[in-house]
Parts: sequence; C-alpha cells; structure tokens
Amino acid sequence: MVKSITSLGRTGAYDWLMQRASALVLALYTLFWVGYFLATPDLDYQQWAALFEQTWMRVFTLLALISLGLHAWVGLWTITTDYIKAAAPRFVIQALCGLIMFVYLVWGVEILWGL
Amino acid sequence: MTICPERPEKRERAVKSKRPVNLELSTIHFPMPAIASILHRISGIIIFFGMAFLLYGLDLSLSSQDGFAAVAELMNHFLAKFVVWGTLAALTYHFVAGIRHLLMDIGIGETLEGGRLGAKLVFVVSAIVIVLLGVWIW
Repeated sequence: MVKSITSLGRTGAYDWLMQRASALVLALYTLFWVGYFLATPDLDYQQWAALFEQTWMRVFTLLALISLGLHAWVGLWTITTDYIKAAAPRFVIQALCGLIMFVYLVWGVEILWGL
Repeated sequence: MTICPERPEKRERAVKSKRPVNLELSTIHFPMPAIASILHRISGIIIFFGMAFLLYGLDLSLSSQDGFAAVAELMNHFLAKFVVWGTLAALTYHFVAGIRHLLMDIGIGETLEGGRLGAKLVFVVSAIVIVLLGVWIW
C-alpha cells in the first residue's frame, strides 16, 4: 500500500471518508444559506447581527469552517499531487494551502466570537 | 514521443502506413465526464480563494451598523458583484457535481452511459442555478 506523509489521514480510505463527511456538513451549511436568503429578501443589520448572536449559528459556522479546511486539504492535496511532480515546489504549495486554511479558521473564530 | 527510436526503418513504416488517423481537431474533445471532473477541480480552487472575499464581507458586515452599510454599498460595484457571483457560481457547480459524486459512491450512475448522462445533468442544473444567482446579485 502506498502511503503519503502529506495526505490528511495517511491513507486514501481515511481521506476519502473525511472528504465525504466534510462535504455533507458543507452541503447542509450551503442549503441553510439558500433557505435563509430566500426567507429574508430585505435583510438588515439587526437581523444579521441577531443571527450571528445565536450560539448554534456560531457553532454551525465554525463546524463548516473546520470542514472547509479538511475538505480543501484533501482536494488541494489531490490536485497538487496530480500535477506538481517535483517534490520541493509541491511541498511549498501544499504548505501555503495549509497556511491559508489555518488563517481562514483563525479569522473565522475571530469574526464569530469577536476576539 | 518517438516511435521506436532504436529502429529507424520501423519508424519509417509506421509513418507511411495507411492506418486511419483522426487529426480533425474540431471533432476531438474530452469525454463529458472528464470535463465534469476538471471543472470540479477548478471550481474547488476558485472557492478556496473566493472564501477570502466572503470572510472579509462577513467580518465587515458584522462589525457594526456602518460596516453592514459599507458591505451593502460595496455590493453596488460591478467588480464586487462579479467576484461574489464568480465564487457562488463555482460553489454551485462544485455542490451539484459533488452530489453526483456522492450518488456514484452509493452506486447510482456508475455505468458509462450513466456517467455521461450524469455529467450532462450537472452542467444543465448548475447552469440554471448560476444564471439565477446572477439575476439575484444584479
């Protein structure tokens, strides 16, 4: 069995499962937004701020952000591994992708809990 | 790629043979499922970078009443509309193609014909939603 130290879970089966599990969370989160924007055509600041005051909304958004990180890692790992054959640039680009995801996550926590 | 570099006489024969060739470039294209797959990858990358703009908008809109108004004002500009529409269009395609992936995981649409039909359905459904998104944003 081929193992790669840069893949998310070291094995393809684990990566496959994480990609699917995170996809389901992201799909539900996306559908929530479709429903929300259809239900509130005249959105104002009070409604908007009240939505993100709710604990469940903050937790749901954080869960979506974590899922985004996992999902993007598996996807971008697959793409970079397919197209960038030289190890050094591939590693640098994968590390950059990881850094961007980490920034998104920290930024998201900061937005949601106003730290 | 060179055909048989170690035996030039064989190469000569291969070039002159009357094998059918098809270099009508307009008739050669990737199969539908291959196009569906590469678009899934490209749309994923667009979402990855587009997320920075969406997070910026979320940050600003939640900062204060003025921040919310600033985002609303920003969304009057063509470039902002285009970036948001582009990101949401990529998200739409990625979503629909992803549903197809999950269906194929449980054994639906795995045949050659099923794969072709599924790819076409993904194009049609996401194209409709992407146009509707454009109408909503503009």
